[in-house]
Amino acid sequence: MTLRDFINKLLGRQPASATTAKQRLQLVLAHDRSDLNPELLEQMRREILEVVSRYVEIDLEEGDVSLETEDRVTALVANLPIRRTKPLPVHESNPDGDVHGEADPVWTASQA
Amino acid sequence: MPVTTSGSRSILICSGKGGVGKTTLTANLGIALARQGMRTAVLDADFGLRNLDLLLGLENRIVYTAQEVLSGNCRLDQALVKHKLEPNLALLPAGNPRMLEWLKPEDMQTIVGLLRESFDIVLIDCPAGIEDGFKNAAGAAEEAIVITTPEVSAVRDADRVIGLLNTRGIKPIQLVLNRVRPKMMANQEMLAVDDVTDILALPLLGLVLEDEQVIVSTNRGEPLTLNGSNSPAAQAYNNIARRVCGEDVPLIDPAKVRRGLRAKLGRLMQTKIF
Ligand SMILES: Nc1ncnc2c1ncn2[C@@H]1O[C@H](COP(=O)(O)OP(=O)(O)OP(=O)(O)O)[C@@H](O)[C@H]1O
Ligand SMILES: [Mg+2]
Repeated sequence: MTLRDFINKLLGRQPASATTAKQRLQLVLAHDRSDLNPELLEQMRREILEVVSRYVEIDLEEGDVSLETEDRVTALVANLPIRRTKPLPVHESNPDGDVHGEADPVWTASQA
Repeated sequence: MPVTTSGSRSILICSGKGGVGKTTLTANLGIALARQGMRTAVLDADFGLRNLDLLLGLENRIVYTAQEVLSGNCRLDQALVKHKLEPNLALLPAGNPRMLEWLKPEDMQTIVGLLRESFDIVLIDCPAGIEDGFKNAAGAAEEAIVITTPEVSAVRDADRVIGLLNTRGIKPIQLVLNRVRPKMMANQEMLAVDDVTDILALPLLGLVLEDEQVIVSTNRGEPLTLNGSNSPAAQAYNNIARRVCGEDVPLIDPAKVRRGLRAKLGRLMQTKIF
């Protein structure tokens, strides 16, 4: 944020148009570069939430899966606030079955 | 893959979006490189809407074009139009738009390969878009210069093109930012230089200011770099030419172009605070 943006914010004004332009570009390019359309992203978001909510109780309203891009690398970023951990369903690959809710709620998968 | 002719370079000048300054850059850079002693060929690959001849003031001297060279109806040196004031520069004009019906990437490679036998550097003026015209031209180049303006649509289209150039293995790919308006940038009403280079993640080869002299020189068919003009755009094109030849020339800082209290205030307001 620049000094101008900060002052604009204090005065309740719109941010400078260059700031808006940059934000809009970053968003649209993340989609352009990954070739994922909003529909596919939405489907993926639902499926990810479904899988995650089998293990932990998450806030479905707050849950957010989005694309971010930096240095021509696009990352799929899921931000899923955990309400509490569920008793784990019995699963071969994880016989101990004890997961705690302290885990970092941000889960990131990157792809070049 | 284009044939490598030792020491000779082929550089694509492209943008994605139309009208951002490809042909103007090709003409001015071509002349500037020639003046530095490089044997330079400029190839008009915009067969649909050719204009490079006009910007160079060579439109009345065209006899043959790339079309006759490809069909074997003339030799390359018969089609090349040498610039009278700058004999190190030659134009290979675009053929008839009907060529687009049969032209293939291999044809462009043939032409560029021929040019590279007798020139140090070949600049390819690419058509707008990312369709066949772009693909034909890109297929013949080893390096690329992507030109854009600091506007959202141009930057987005540039990004598309950069993606395509990357998958073709073209490198280096360098960026020219055109039509920069220092005052608007200072007021943060135009994307900052760093914003554009961050987003596109390309090294900056040059910054060209918005300059009325570009239009004046286009009217006359005399590129700014031809007549020793000292206008901001002329300086920028000359600097780009020197950087293309490997010289380390500092970039201008658009914020320093303007002087006075208002300019100072503008710079202060651009300070990143967090
Ligand atoms: N730095 C500049 N300052 C002012 N005008 C400019 C500048 N650069 C380009 N122009 C103007 O912008 C217009 C488009 O330029 P040009 O024909 O070079 O673009 P182009 O990318 O080759 O277009 P096309 O995609 O149609 O081939 C011209 O009228 C030109 O004079
Ligand atoms: Mg053009």
